[in-house]
Amino acid sequence: MKLDEVERAMRAGEYGAAAKVALEHQIKVGEFFGAAEFVAVTQAHVMADTESLGEAGVRWLESLAALDGRPLRLRVPTITDPRGTDFAKASVLRQPAWAVELERRAVQAFARLGVLLTDTCINYQTIQAPARGESVAFGDTGVVIYSNSVCGARSNFEGGPSAIAAGITGRTPRYGFHLDAQRRATLRFRVDWSPRTLNDWGALGGLVGRLAGNYWSVPVIEGLAGVPGSDALKHFGAAMASFGSSAMFHLVGVTPEATRLEDTGGDKLPVAHRIGEADVRALQAAYANEEDVDVVVFSAPQLSLYELRELAALCDGRRLAKPLLAVTSPQVKPDADRLGLTARIESAGGHVLSGMCFYQSYAREIAEANGWKRLATNSVKLVNILGGYGYVPLLASMERCVEAAEKGRLLR
Amino acid sequence: MIFTARHALGGKVKGTALVAHDGFSARYDLDRIKGIFSRPSHKLTGQSYVGKILVLDTSKGGVASAWMLHEMASRGVVPLALVFNSVNPILVQGAVFGNVTMLAGFEGDITALVPNGATVEIDAGKRSLRVL
Repeated sequence: MKLDEVERAMRAGEYGAAAKVALEHQIKVGEFFGAAEFVAVTQAHVMADTESLGEAGVRWLESLAALDGRPLRLRVPTITDPRGTDFAKASVLRQPAWAVELERRAVQAFARLGVLLTDTCINYQTIQAPARGESVAFGDTGVVIYSNSVCGARSNFEGGPSAIAAGITGRTPRYGFHLDAQRRATLRFRVDWSPRTLNDWGALGGLVGRLAGNYWSVPVIEGLAGVPGSDALKHFGAAMASFGSSAMFHLVGVTPEATRLEDTGGDKLPVAHRIGEADVRALQAAYANEEDVDVVVFSAPQLSLYELRELAALCDGRRLAKPLLAVTSPQVKPDADRLGLTARIESAGGHVLSGMCFYQSYAREIAEANGWKRLATNSVKLVNILGGYGYVPLLASMERCVEAAEKGRLLR
Repeated sequence: MIFTARHALGGKVKGTALVAHDGFSARYDLDRIKGIFSRPSHKLTGQSYVGKILVLDTSKGGVASAWMLHEMASRGVVPLALVFNSVNPILVQGAVFGNVTMLAGFEGDITALVPNGATVEIDAGKRSLRVL
């Protein structure tokens, strides 16, 4: 890779030991992908729950924070994805004490590194959405796909160590979705039905992701009626990224780089797949093979204020028989408290949690501690993940999930 | 048989290939404590990946794998090397961070070219995979 003067100085250690470690890591990744140079970034977003880091990752964070013997000065604002717990609700989840302690150590290390602990996977709704053309170093696949596709910003999937490196150096290797050529459509979809619920949007995103197949594939989708809102696109993108490892999509007439099909290069592609309502219903039906429910979870991505508003209305007048967990960001939670939404959900028997995500919060351990197996959710991303954690995930709309929490079973 | 990859990192390793035309995500697919594939729908479900050279189609899912290979390596419950037809940045970043050898991108489908259970030798410096 071609290095500029600052990068050469970083590599030589003139900006400190941590900057040297960070740049060396980035060069190895950049060279693997044939990056010619670095690109400056304006923000970094770090995925770093301790279930992923483990003891080894937390020790690495602690050692990085201590490497230069003084507080690090991150070159760009660097924020965090959800943590592995909501410290105020760890006992409700029955998380193991060692896990909560590991989270505390990670929080302390991040604070020493100068990272802003925003603990959110919806930073494009709550912190600062990147602008079109802005290069960023974001972690969390849902954040990246939304930023690339809906905002027109530029990011690869940056795992925790790489996002921290970008925060330290203020740059990232220029490859993948930082390049114009990688942002062109590679696979053309025609849809003849438009989703209604967030769960439908997630299911459509999951189908597209499954067919798209890998990170380098960029689906362009035509045929949707109307313009979906931010929450719909959030579920659509998060599910697509989860099923397909996809990092970008184009919706013709909706997303900023796809005003017309030909803007994406999609007019030169044959229609590879047609998706209708029956396909979406089939994906949903694949996760609806049980009726009894142990727990209901709304998470992945964290809920917006509008989703909590809808959930509060659904909880009004009900007495929930099964645990219902609604997970939001630390930016939304105070508003939900202040506006009475939290009280409405919790007076029905639910819990509003903040700053975590269900599957990043020791899902296997809390399943065992609480006897949870059959989990109902409206999140297509969550059902895709939880099978590997030993759950039987059930997929339904938010309304049917709340009903399931009340009756103890998911009604068909 | 020798196959050359377009992308490589790491060193020289030799071991048994565990092959499937399926994806790979440390978070979605593995029981990282037991060292086995745990996702019920995965073609390698129930099989141990520890010390194996995994030969799979593509990396899947989320960003957690960037941390997880390092964590798995710290406990010795880690694949010896990873070989893919295509790979996303997360697995590459994770392999750099965890010091795991990796190859990606071949002429043809590498999961069809390497027999399951074969002894293979990888030399990342030469970007080569040899079936012994």
